[in-house]
Amino acid sequence: MAELTYRDAVAAGIAQEMARDESVVFLGEDIGAAGGVFKTTLGLLERFGPRRVRDTPISEQAIIGAAMGAAMTGLRPIAEIMFSDFFAVCWDMIANEIAKTRYMTAGQIALPLVIRTANGYGSRFGAQHSQSVENWAMAIPGLKVVAPSTPLDVKGLLAAAVRDPDPVIFFEHKGLYSTKGEVPDGEIVDRLGTAKVVRQGEDVTIVALAAMVPKSLQAAERLAAEDGISATVVDVRSLVPLDTKTIFEEVRKTGRLYTVEENPRLCGWGAEIASLVAEECFYDLDGPIVRITTPHVPLPAADLLEDNAVPTVDRIVETVRRNAG
Amino acid sequence: MDRATRLALYRSLVEIRVLEKRAYDLFLQNLVKGTSHLSLGQEAVAAGFAVAMRKDDYTFCTYRGHAHTLARGAPMVGVLGELMGRKCGLMGGKGGSMHLTSVEHGAMGSYAIVGAHLPVAAGAAWSAQVRGTDQVSVCFFGDGTTNIGAFHEALNLAAVWKLPVIFVCENNQYMEYTPIREVTAVANPAADRACAYGLEKILIDGNDADVVHRTARECIGKARDGGGPSLVEALTYRTSGHSRADPGKYRPAGELDDWLKKDPVVLYRVRLVGMGIEENALRDIERAVERAVDEATEAAKACPPSGVEVIEKDVWADGGSSWRN
Repeated sequence: MAELTYRDAVAAGIAQEMARDESVVFLGEDIGAAGGVFKTTLGLLERFGPRRVRDTPISEQAIIGAAMGAAMTGLRPIAEIMFSDFFAVCWDMIANEIAKTRYMTAGQIALPLVIRTANGYGSRFGAQHSQSVENWAMAIPGLKVVAPSTPLDVKGLLAAAVRDPDPVIFFEHKGLYSTKGEVPDGEIVDRLGTAKVVRQGEDVTIVALAAMVPKSLQAAERLAAEDGISATVVDVRSLVPLDTKTIFEEVRKTGRLYTVEENPRLCGWGAEIASLVAEECFYDLDGPIVRITTPHVPLPAADLLEDNAVPTVDRIVETVRRNAG
Repeated sequence: MDRATRLALYRSLVEIRVLEKRAYDLFLQNLVKGTSHLSLGQEAVAAGFAVAMRKDDYTFCTYRGHAHTLARGAPMVGVLGELMGRKCGLMGGKGGSMHLTSVEHGAMGSYAIVGAHLPVAAGAAWSAQVRGTDQVSVCFFGDGTTNIGAFHEALNLAAVWKLPVIFVCENNQYMEYTPIREVTAVANPAADRACAYGLEKILIDGNDADVVHRTARECIGKARDGGGPSLVEALTYRTSGHSRADPGKYRPAGELDDWLKKDPVVLYRVRLVGMGIEENALRDIERAVERAVDEATEAAKACPPSGVEVIEKDVWADGGSSWRN
């Protein structure tokens, strides 16, 4: 058992899969010689060589298109898009080409590829380098969508994504890169489409993703200490496929659902979960479903503004306290 | 070029011509819905390249892709069946006219977003390079593509990585309804940009099947031997409209007639006769092709339409479309 940072777990996951399978290749901007702008890919070029680890120009369409062409002809590429905000400049490749090709060709073309990206707030980078865009990917049929919150989940879900026969969008949270966690030695392979109950409670169920998971856990501790409210916290981990079974079970136990989402309000991932729970768990609910999100604004850059735009521990505590009382 | 190759080239030209005319007739009979983009007048580019390719090479083409798919050996009934939404279509009606794909014939897809497939073709070439095969990737696109970002990203990446890919611009003089010269900074939209990527300027008569074939052999040979990519601009003309909705009223008087004098099928036939190939051999080919297209038409008409049971199939590798448990 070793303590790894979330950042180190990325390189560990990629290395595990590249060592196992010769067809796994890796491409992106500054990922090789520089070791990644977030230092998430240190040592991979040295270990696996320039044939399999390729630095690219700043050409996001070429990166994703090349990954697609490689995936349909026998390789299993991992492509990095430096910031998830840059998906907007290669969204044709992701949404129109990669997502639809298996379907349009009636299964003739398989695209076993992973697109990794640094997502989320916390670096004071402003509105074009800080967004949480999991919901963009979630809205397109044909993409699997994963967003881990711990080093262990990074390594295990990344391995699962590489082994998956379908395209997977892998959202790493840049605010979590320096966080640490225990990761057992040896091969780790998790399962896509599985949520994790990370805190078991009795009164309310909080469903969160990525950086909102540790915040929800902190909020749960305060609710227990200050208000005697016992909260379950579910880490969704995988938006597509979605583990509705685990989410529904935990909602049914408490009768109350809160989603904590870093994305702006409209059409966030929590809206889909709220809709599913309303349709399928309506008679188990003891009160309205409440979504806690960033307001419907672009993210501001200044530290005080950014920290208060996304859901804070205080806001989670106050919202749950007000509604669950 | 030997006699057998010349006859194969002529057969391919005739097949495309007759099949495209049939596709148009089937539209008029309302048996083909949606849209279609014919290659009438541009047959020599598809035929000249396809005859020079090896069975395991890759073709990437645009929504104007009937010709390229057929030229790689895809069955006529599969092409016509797909246009008509029948079960026997190459993709069982899932893709339609703009997305013809036949992986078993090396036809790796028809891409309907302008420019999207250039990076994908580069990726397939990268895959061949990584896997150590000597396959090449050939990518066809129109003159309008030279003004979109993906064109430049793909050309640069292919040149930097010395990829075995041939980019073939079919300059048919019009980007949809607008003359390409009115919206492009250089006279030869592809060839004049080759120098920007350190590539040789290759501008050829795209209506001369022998010239296309010779160019194809040279570029493919170079790519197979590790000499890197080529960019070819083939001058041609589509003698039908952009799509079936387009009567081509923007053409100046006399332009169509001038190009019809350079009809690639007629030109090639005259050349073969002049070289001493007997009329009978050519007539046999023409009759055989007419018969094959007639038979394919009847077979496609007789085939049932794709059933609604396929709507939710083939989003994922497991054959289904489930996004939750």
